[in-house]
Amino acid sequence: MDIRFNESLDLTGVACPMNFVKTKLKLEEMEKGKILEVILDEGEPIMNVPKSIKEEGHRILAIESFGDRFKLYVQKQ
Amino acid sequence: MGDRTIKEFEKLNQQFSEEEKTLKVDFDELKAGGFIKQRQKDLFTVRLKVPGGRLPILKLKRIAEVASRYSGSDYVHLSLRQSVEIPYVHIKDFDKLVRELKEVGQEVASCGARVRVPTACSGCEYNPRGISDTQKFAQEVDKRYFGRPQHHKFKISFSGCPIDCARTKEMDLGFQGEVEPMWDESSCIGCRLCARVCPTSAIISDKDTGKPHYYPEKCIYCGQCIKVCPTDSWRARQTGHCVRIGGKHGYIPRQANTVAHLIPENRIFEIIDKTIQWYEKNGQKRERIGNTIERVGLSRYLEFMGDLLKWT
Repeated sequence: MDIRFNESLDLTGVACPMNFVKTKLKLEEMEKGKILEVILDEGEPIMNVPKSIKEEGHRILAIESFGDRFKLYVQKQ
Repeated sequence: MGDRTIKEFEKLNQQFSEEEKTLKVDFDELKAGGFIKQRQKDLFTVRLKVPGGRLPILKLKRIAEVASRYSGSDYVHLSLRQSVEIPYVHIKDFDKLVRELKEVGQEVASCGARVRVPTACSGCEYNPRGISDTQKFAQEVDKRYFGRPQHHKFKISFSGCPIDCARTKEMDLGFQGEVEPMWDESSCIGCRLCARVCPTSAIISDKDTGKPHYYPEKCIYCGQCIKVCPTDSWRARQTGHCVRIGGKHGYIPRQANTVAHLIPENRIFEIIDKTIQWYEKNGQKRERIGNTIERVGLSRYLEFMGDLLKWT
């Protein structure tokens, strides 16, 4: 999958719930409709952050795994 | 319970003062009231009722005061089934202790062959995994059935989800929250998280699209797919309870039989009533319901329960 994004946030090694808080704050800075790429670890981070961001009202476009990490693509709403 | 207990111990106390030298006490009667004889002469452990493990701070404070006044030790013990136990209480202090706890509504538990205090997990109001309102059911079971005499002890427990923290598999009768998932293709982005999180491989991601293939026969209704799904493509079709019967620990443990899934909450008390009815009729003295099932046959129990345990 080849998704164009406007901003990127590497949250490798950042634990819950700080990874969610950082993603949320980053999205607050961005304009509506723009796309954020977030790098997340496997386990708790990838299981929790996408759902929580969705519950904040943003749109999850895609999730891709690479190695033992994930790329999450979120569109600010 | 409380009033009866106070009267019993007033009587006992009278006995005590009349025949101060030798105490004649019916230990079985004491056990019924949650007073457990210790190794030490005239000392008892007093088991307090904490249904569902939820102990209001007001009661907790009073328990602490009462324990420091009447216990010969500097601790209380937390039992495996969520009761607070005050050890080293002298028999002559029983009525004062019961009275002072009663003032804040704290009651003494029970032991022996009767329906015990129900246990439960922390509850769905704040536990994110919770599917069932276990606390509500535990309080209600306590009100309706606590202390009712049976052939043997009868333990009822409630778990909010299939992690089963409240160990319904080891109880005479247990209920555990369940949710049956359903999938909406149009909102699915093929992220594969549902398959990763599914504990029983009931969901497998399609090799090409990443979208789920669901195998309902493997599903344990835990709802993890619903919880993880970032697009709400997985949602609840229905929630309910799994019903387990005949579990026990003890010298010879027995794992409960799971006899129903996704039972709606309005059937829970009917199921408890009818199960107790069956046990009272078919059980023998000093026989746990699990052993009754072994002896009489699970099919006889299921027959008796009829449509109550049917689900779709």
